[in-house]
Amino acid sequence: MTRIQEVLQKDDPERIAKLSQIASEIRVDIVNTIAAAKMGHIGGDFSVTDILVSLFFGVMNYRSQDPNWAERDRFILSKGHCSAALYSVMAKAGYFKHEQLGEFMKPLSFLGGHPNRRKLAGIEANTGPLGHGLPIGVGCAVGASLAKKSYRTFVALGDGELQEGSNWEAAMFAGHRKLGNLMAIVDRNRLQQGAGTEETNSLDPLADKWRAFGWDTYELDGHNFAELLNVMEAPDTGKPKVIIANTIKGKGVSFIENRVEWHHKVPSAEQNIQAIKELTHS
Amino acid sequence: MTSLSQQETFDCRQIFAQTLTELARQDERIVIVCNDSVGSSNLNEFKKEFPDRLVNVGIAEQNMIGVAAGLANSGFIPFVSCAGPFLSGRALEQVKADVAYNMYPIILCAQSPGMSYGELGPTHHSIEDFSWIRALTDITLLSPADPKQTKDAIHWAVQANKPVYMRINRFKIPKTTPETASFEVGKALLLKEGKDVTLITTGILVPRALEAAAILEKDGISARVLNMHTLNPIDKEAIIAAASETRGIVTMEEAITTGGLGAAISEVVVENHPTKMRILGVSHFAPTGSASFLLDHFGLNVENIVKSASELVG
Ligand SMILES: Cc1ncc(C[n+]2csc(CCOP(=O)(O)OP(=O)(O)O)c2C)c(N)n1
Repeated sequence: MTRIQEVLQKDDPERIAKLSQIASEIRVDIVNTIAAAKMGHIGGDFSVTDILVSLFFGVMNYRSQDPNWAERDRFILSKGHCSAALYSVMAKAGYFKHEQLGEFMKPLSFLGGHPNRRKLAGIEANTGPLGHGLPIGVGCAVGASLAKKSYRTFVALGDGELQEGSNWEAAMFAGHRKLGNLMAIVDRNRLQQGAGTEETNSLDPLADKWRAFGWDTYELDGHNFAELLNVMEAPDTGKPKVIIANTIKGKGVSFIENRVEWHHKVPSAEQNIQAIKELTHS
Repeated sequence: MTSLSQQETFDCRQIFAQTLTELARQDERIVIVCNDSVGSSNLNEFKKEFPDRLVNVGIAEQNMIGVAAGLANSGFIPFVSCAGPFLSGRALEQVKADVAYNMYPIILCAQSPGMSYGELGPTHHSIEDFSWIRALTDITLLSPADPKQTKDAIHWAVQANKPVYMRINRFKIPKTTPETASFEVGKALLLKEGKDVTLITTGILVPRALEAAAILEKDGISARVLNMHTLNPIDKEAIIAAASETRGIVTMEEAITTGGLGAAISEVVVENHPTKMRILGVSHFAPTGSASFLLDHFGLNVENIVKSASELVG
């Protein structure tokens, strides 16, 4: 809790530095969690980490000790395979104890391979099959306006995930309804499970697509906190917003960065040590 | 006799890929349609040899099925290779309308079915496919037990000229099908004779049923074992024989029990020769755990099969 309040101070001159520090701690938690479980999706975890850190320690309103607080901002990790990143962030935000990360994927654990709201309060939707988060997010955003509530809804999406048509059904409807309380963030790491997105089923020109569906579109460096916060904290424009966050899959560890096989490869004990060295040095 | 659990085990994805590559060399109509699943379906070799005949639509399963239907319309025999949950669940209406209702010769290959994705959880488990696909009566529903049956099922499907759905197991299992056994669609494979009770199962649970039968034998209970590799059309004759010649039937499936194998069998039993049954299977969304942990969790293990059979006829 204290941690959040600390970084929530928007005028703190150290804010960006603090967020970077948190992000590097989160990446260490992720690699340790995955190495211990011998399962996980480290590449996509690392590419989305800075986005999650910006949201949970910079932008969103929530009470980790009262996770069902009705006024909370909603966050949906549509690329649910990156649960280790979300769990690591939620542990740091106080939803559960840090040491419980060790239960990741253990028998009967509340921290399964994909997030489960029936086991962990604070998870808004049980994702895993790609292409579900945005429609649910649209529903949250419509719900907020129906209920005359001021909370915002954020949905983090994979770029490969955007090949699912359901996203575009949701995007069309959000544009139609001018859901200014909705933000999508695309983790544009340009890789999916088996290959690059552009060689599999190309997404570019991606911003144009969103624009055509009636969204305000922002392309930026998804590892730059100042840029992320700038857009995430910008006022309502009366349209849904999408951030196309250019990221590096595996960001932060040289031998993981930008390598398709690290979609779900698991670090060995030595690689785990090496990864932590790299993450804590910079 | 070495116990089945000590024998070499196999992941059927290997034989799946190998068989398709071999068949594709002989039959130019064979194409594969997949969803960013080239690696997980073990299709890199196929892709190398037939780059044009592997259509990877990306992460878009509904489109994947529609594209397969269009390819079938153009004279091809599409094998759709996709993780089970996204093939049967995500694209279910496409499977119904585009495949079954059109009666296109499309072979839907559900990779890593059942609970083989273990810790990835219920979103990635494909335990509903038996019920869902069985409801689409025009699709032949196959659940091969081992590499031989997987290969035979693929060979059969290529010439079937109608929609087929088959599970391609990832969970490693020993071979249980005799080399000489032919694969007859719609006809259960009798693996062991028995007169007291009948164990009917399918897929990766076949070895467990055989082990259970061996233990029951020692306890003085003679158990018949049937590998029901075809769920639709179901082998009524074998079921009626089991119901009338033995004193009860225990079914086991790596699937939800509402509408699955046990349900299919009980439909035949109640209409033709009512008898006592126990239906073992998955009863709800799984907790976190590995595939083998979950099989135990839901009582799909040798012990519970033995116990259920003993209680039924003991
Ligand atoms: C509907 C569906 N199809 C397939 C998958 C299997 N799958 C899991 S992750 C993944 C790749 C996702 O790529 P992307 O969205 O770019 O995520 P990232 O690279 O950020 O991990 C795939 C195909 C799935 N989870 N859901």
